[in-house]
Order: sequence, then C-alpha cells, then structure tokens
Amino acid sequence: MHQGGAVATSAPPSSVDEGLAPAELAAKYGLAVSGARPGLFEYVRQLWSHRHFIMAFSSAKLTAQYSQAKLGQIWQVATPLLNALIYYLIFGLILGADRGMDKDVYIPFLVTGIFVFTFTQSSVMAGVRAISGNLGLVRALHFPRASLPISFSLQQLQQLLYSMIVLVAIVMVSGSYPSASWLLVIPALFLQFVFNVGLALVMARAGAKTPDLAQLMPFVMRTWLYASGVMFSITVMLKDKPQWIADVLMYNPAAVYMDLVRFALIDGYGSENLPGHVWLTALAWALVAGVGGFVYFWKAEERYGRG
Amino acid sequence: MADTDRSAQAPTVICDDVHIVYRVNAGGGGKGSATAALSRIVGKGKAEVSRGVRKVHAVRGVTFTAYRGEAIGLIGTNGSGKSTLLRAIAGLLPTESGRVYTDGQPSLLGVNAALMNDLTGERNVILGGLAMGMSREEVHARYQDIVDFSGINDKGDFISLPMRTYSSGMGARLRFAIAAAKNHDVLLIDEALATGDRKFQIRSEERIRELRKEAGTVFLVSHSNKSIRDTCDRVLWLEKGQLLMDGPTDEVLKAYERETAR
Repeated sequence: MHQGGAVATSAPPSSVDEGLAPAELAAKYGLAVSGARPGLFEYVRQLWSHRHFIMAFSSAKLTAQYSQAKLGQIWQVATPLLNALIYYLIFGLILGADRGMDKDVYIPFLVTGIFVFTFTQSSVMAGVRAISGNLGLVRALHFPRASLPISFSLQQLQQLLYSMIVLVAIVMVSGSYPSASWLLVIPALFLQFVFNVGLALVMARAGAKTPDLAQLMPFVMRTWLYASGVMFSITVMLKDKPQWIADVLMYNPAAVYMDLVRFALIDGYGSENLPGHVWLTALAWALVAGVGGFVYFWKAEERYGRG
Repeated sequence: MADTDRSAQAPTVICDDVHIVYRVNAGGGGKGSATAALSRIVGKGKAEVSRGVRKVHAVRGVTFTAYRGEAIGLIGTNGSGKSTLLRAIAGLLPTESGRVYTDGQPSLLGVNAALMNDLTGERNVILGGLAMGMSREEVHARYQDIVDFSGINDKGDFISLPMRTYSSGMGARLRFAIAAAKNHDVLLIDEALATGDRKFQIRSEERIRELRKEAGTVFLVSHSNKSIRDTCDRVLWLEKGQLLMDGPTDEVLKAYERETAR
C-alpha cells in the first residue's frame, strides 16, 4: 500500500494495439467519451425518445404528492379551492381590493389570477429542485436531464387542470356561461406552459449549481405575485402613477397570461383591460423563455450530478 | 481470461489518466459565516478555493483498459474511490481531467442509487425501465420477469406498496432487477450482491454471468472477496484514489488480503 507510484499493471494486451495511446485506441474501436454532451438536435431526439418516461414521471409524481394524506387525491381539488377562499377572504372582503369591479367579475378575476399565477410559480419552484432534489435518480440512471424539469412542469399543468374544475364552477356561479371565447383558454395556457417549461429549465440549472435558490425563490415569487395584479386590476390601482409603471406590470408574462385567461372566461372582463398586441406578447414570452431556457439547460447537460 | 486472447477482444472501457474532484459546501463551522457564504454565491471562481468549498480529490490518475467479455472487480478500503470511479465510467460524474471512453452507454447499478421512494414498486419498475430507454412495450413485456426476479412478491403483494415501506434488502433487490432487465454493453454494479439474501445472491450471480455472455463487460465493486472471486476474472485494486494493482483475480486478491490482514 505504500509503494508510492509503483503500479503493478497486467501486461499490455496485444501486439496490434500496443503503443497506441488511450485516445487512439478509443478512436480505433469507435469508443465515445462517457457522459459527453450530445449536440442540440441529438439532444432533442433523445428527449423525444424519452417522452413516455416524461409523461409517466409527471403523473407518478402527481399521484405520489398526496399519497401520504388520508383524503388522498381529493386534495388535488381541495387545495386550490382553499387557496381561492383565503385570498377572497383577505383581498375581497377585508382589504377591499376589488375597487371598481362588480362582485360577479371580481371573484372569478381573483381566482383565475391565483390559479394561473400558481401554475407559473409552482413550475419555477419545482424547477429549482428538479435536479438538486433528484440527485439519486440523476446519478443512477441515464436519460436526458431536461426530462426532469419538463416532467415537473407537466405535473403542474395536470395540477392546473384539476384547479380548472374549481375555476369553471366558480365562473359559472358568478354568471359567466360557456361560450366560444372559452376556447381561447387553450392557446393561452399552452403558451404559458411553454413559458413555464423554459423558466423551469433555467431554474433547474441554476438550482443544480446553487441549491440556496430553493430558499430564496419563494420571496422572489411573492414579489412577482404582488406586482402582477393577481388580486387587483393594474389599470385601476395605478391610475394616478406614471403610465410606464402600469405598462411594465401589464406586459410582464405572468400578467399577460392571467389577463388572457380572464378575458376568455369572464363575460364582464372585456378587451379594454388587455394591453395592446397581447397575443403577440404572449407568444414572444413563450418563445424567448422556451427556446432560451432549453439551450441554457442543455449547455450544462454533462455537469448535472456533480457533487 | 488468458492474456493471449485479449488481442481478439475489442476494448469497451478506456480510462485515460482520470482525475475526479468533489466540491463540498462545508456547511456550518467557523468558515461558514454569512459573509463568506455570500461571497461564495456572488463571486464564482476565486472564492471557491478559499471559502467554505472544500475539494476532495477522490480519484487520482487512473488508467486502464477493459475488454469485451471481462468481469472486473474493484477492491480497496472504504473511501478509496471505487464507487466514484464507477460513476465516472458511467458518465454520471464529470472528470476533472483525463477522459473515460466507453462503447455504448454504461449503466450503473448501486444500492445507494435511490429510485423514487414515494412511488410503488410497480411504478418504479415502469419508470426505471422507461428511464433506461426501453419502450413502453418492452417495459410491459419484461415487467413480470423483473418482479419475479426481484422476489419482492415472495412474501405477499409488496410490489403495489410504496418503496419507502421496503426493507433495505428488498429495495436493493428491486433496483438490481430493474437494471439487470436490460442487456447492457457495460454494466457497473456497486455492492448490490452484498445486500440480498443468499438466494438472491445466487440468482444475481447467474444473471451477471448471462449478461457477460451477451458480450458485455461487467464491473463489480464489493467488499466481499468471495463474490469478487466467484464472478470476476480481473481485479483492480484502488487505494487513496490511485490504482495500486491490476491483474488476475487470484493474484490481486492475495496481495490485498495480505495487506488488509496486517
């Protein structure tokens, strides 16, 4: 054990390969560098071939989420319902943030805002822990790492669909009935989903390097929540402030997606509440976050799992 | 395996002067003051060396070549870098310098590699199979074999319970069964054989022999000299991250036993 550098090695294998440096030997037999990062298109192809894994992982996580609770899956619907109730109690009844809005508009306005914002918020939070919270899996098995943040975003999408059951009920109780404009919810949520995936990918890479983000992000997200007009109308609230402040708030992605869903669902919430070029803005945010986040995540693919 | 017929064999794993360094956030302690932590987050490169982050040089310059059909044992005392080296071969841990070349995608199977504890064994089998790149049809076709092989259901219907309810031996068996369900070019096993009961050990040794026949290379990390002797024909002895000895099983094990007996 103490011979220092003296290494007893078995005889080199053969005459043909003798004298070849390891790299040359590897090249000769077509060996590839283990754990090297694949090209971007190859990476997309690998992800596509893991689509069943992504789907199965997200639905498994969704059912496991409440597997320790006695009421089980009822919490899928009960959690968003309780959330909506508390926000209504505080902002609707106590603080009176509904200024200038009819009760029939304000309640669905508030609940839609909360659910749509929660979709982005929980995707970000799940993204932060997508890699750092699953190191066991990352170190044990081989799969494109982007599968994890994508699966977690997909899990949040499924969660949102449960929340939509509650939302539809609340909207109908408030007097807005299904119409053709409801179909606009689908493209709006789809764009938001792409945006969320991008954000989750960025957060997953950042969180893999700096796990402290899991502690920091709740505060960032809460600031974003209050700045996005979840429980009040930005235009009404900022009437006497400079216009650019309202513009910045209204073009922020969370506000854009919230307003699109509100516009689609609520009869009393017309297009006058939406900023100009709203669909274009929604598309732009989705593309910037989605493509940018994907490339950013892929750039560090070979480094996930170090620790 | 005689040295002479290796020439006919293609190499499957080549390690070329591999170094692996772990970086550990040394939480707490005198150095872990808030300002130090802050500068650690803000400043990237320089702060890393001095403040809080400690480097552990786990593998120091290992070079070897493994050939098709070989079963290679890795031995050494605790903390000698065996498991770390396996992870690097699997491409799961990046190397600090040096390269690992492999034929195909090596697969690591370790007892510490937790699958998803909050999910049922059933879900774990399916997810594990899918994550390894099997198609849905393949997973369903092999599902029963995996469960039977693991022996999880020998004592009742455990496969439909969450994995957190399993004993450590049961968990290890199921993980091994999942990983061994696929034919791997290079299979890396980290002490999996030590955890199962005798019956399972015999079954898994058989499976390893089968996997080898299907033209793969198997690496086995174990502290049981017996299971190394039973399954491997070549042994690498690691100590303090360096390759101390590389040769036929008997030779290396004898030297290792002499050294550890002292």
